[in-house]
Amino acid sequence: MRIVVIVKYVPDATGDRHFADDLTVDRDDVDGLLCELDEYAVEQALQISENSDDDVEITVLTVGPEDAKDALRKALSMGADKAIHVEDDDLHGTDAIGTSLVLAKAIEKAGFDLVVSGMASTDGTAGIVPALVAERLGVPQVTLLSEVSVEDGTVKGRRDGDAASEQLQASLPAVVSVTDQSGEARYPSFKGIMAAKKKPVESWDLSDLEIDAEEVGLAGAWTKVESAAERPARTAGTIVKDEGEGGKQLAAFLASQKFI
Amino acid sequence: MGTLDVLSEDEQFIVRTVHDFVDKEVKPVVQELEHAGTYPEALIEQMKQLGIFGLAVPEEYGGTPVSTPCYVLITEELARGWMSLAGAMGGHTVVAKLLLHFGTEEQKRRYLPKMATGEIRATMALTEPGGGSDLQAMRTVARKDGAGGYVVNGTKTWITNSRRSGLIALLCKTDPDAAPAHQGISILLAEHGPGLTVSRDLPKLGYKGVESCELSFEDYRAPADALLGGVEGKGFAQMMKGLETGRLQVAARALGVGRAALEDALAYAQERESFGKPIWKHQSIGNYLADMATSLTAARQLTLYAAREADAGRRVDMEAGMAKLFASETAMQIALNALRIHGGYGYSTEFDVERYFRDAPLMIVGEGTNEIQRNVIASQLVKRGRLDV
Repeated sequence: MRIVVIVKYVPDATGDRHFADDLTVDRDDVDGLLCELDEYAVEQALQISENSDDDVEITVLTVGPEDAKDALRKALSMGADKAIHVEDDDLHGTDAIGTSLVLAKAIEKAGFDLVVSGMASTDGTAGIVPALVAERLGVPQVTLLSEVSVEDGTVKGRRDGDAASEQLQASLPAVVSVTDQSGEARYPSFKGIMAAKKKPVESWDLSDLEIDAEEVGLAGAWTKVESAAERPARTAGTIVKDEGEGGKQLAAFLASQKFI
Repeated sequence: MGTLDVLSEDEQFIVRTVHDFVDKEVKPVVQELEHAGTYPEALIEQMKQLGIFGLAVPEEYGGTPVSTPCYVLITEELARGWMSLAGAMGGHTVVAKLLLHFGTEEQKRRYLPKMATGEIRATMALTEPGGGSDLQAMRTVARKDGAGGYVVNGTKTWITNSRRSGLIALLCKTDPDAAPAHQGISILLAEHGPGLTVSRDLPKLGYKGVESCELSFEDYRAPADALLGGVEGKGFAQMMKGLETGRLQVAARALGVGRAALEDALAYAQERESFGKPIWKHQSIGNYLADMATSLTAARQLTLYAAREADAGRRVDMEAGMAKLFASETAMQIALNALRIHGGYGYSTEFDVERYFRDAPLMIVGEGTNEIQRNVIASQLVKRGRLDV
């Protein structure tokens, strides 16, 4: 079975992030890492592999800048078998729709039985890429699973909603996404870290995937960021000191903010 | 983290992985485990998965060997979370090194692959109730039993992880009458069996969660092939070599405790306000922080220097002794000042600072007291004639 795990290299959310002049995130300014939500996807792929009697090959795939190799390396250290890095200057500023095109083309080129994704990225947080990729590949999508397994050419899983837990299944090939409830991701072992550098990492660009530069990048994006402003610093709260009138003052404050 | 620049890319990744492990898995649970004196089973299992117990084991025996600076920084990270975790792998590494440097091929094959995974944990038994750092005065004796094996009698104390260790590197006298005494000392690779009992758990100030015990040997029998390297009388020199790693490890533990204390104090000094400003802006507190950071940096660089010297194949008993001496005294001072900065909270068991204050002294008295370290340093200075530059 061939599993492709799609992962994203995201800016460190604890870092000081800024916008570049073209209103994309300034990647040079902040450290990046393998999106934590994608670690769950890698973990589930590894577990599917460990629970399978057949040979399973896990490929991690990312679309991103040069440094995105770090994200691939972490996934390889956790135990994935090989990696594909789609990197092209023309990809700068690509939106989710464009990204799904690149991913789908790369997945087709790599060959797959199952695509595993995280539930969303920690920076974009839209969570639509798995569905977009499934549509482009023309295969079933089973998203937001908190439990997943593969048996006899079928992927099964549980989706926990607010009102109900659904048991879902789809025949392979298929796309699944897993949530942060699917099970803690393992740490890369030291052996895994040492082994990772010997695992194959392929680099593809847009021409390898027969994608025109106009279809992706800032110019090809279906959405456009008109303006961006940094969130203002938090201002100090109002402290009500109780000198006999504390309750009234508190109520007055809540009323002024239309809470009561 | 500029400190990591001395390491290869892989080793930097390893240290960062341990850093994440400590932040996510250790920090949230350490206080509860420590106060209850609970053995950290789950954390130790995770450490096995990571490969912590195979750091000194060559790849051909299933380990993931790292450079000594990397080993130091991994140990520092573990101790930053909980010094006891670093203690749980320290003696194990020393025994792995002993096997690697001095063991017969059969001994290596017997133990190293299982030690690499942590399936077999190892500890060393040096100290006796009647004497610690004065190893030559030890009383534990292994006599030939006539069939080629040994009969061991004696008592060892302060043995970390006694019950959970499947292998005990036992320093003992195979020739009690030898002169000089060190020529009659050997290391036996002892396993639990008849005649070996864990006779007492030692109560202690800190270093909780992992056991420190007294071991009694009463007509304990060890086969001839339990003799490390197969030749008697080499044990003292072998152990002195092993203790170079041991002292670096203890220095690194001190770095971890000192760093944790500094990090907590630095955060607290920015949050806590008095007289209308964060307390770090009061010069008394700011000066503490400055001195703590300065001495910790010096201690880390001294330890890394000794670690690099060890990897260059040089004798580092003096350098490792300096690192252990300075890093442990530094950790104690930083822990005390972190307590001062925290004020009343520093004395409270609801904060971590009191633990650093209880854990730090172990590195002062353990692995050869600091007084012994000074003796080693002074005698090496005289022997070498100068301080190499």
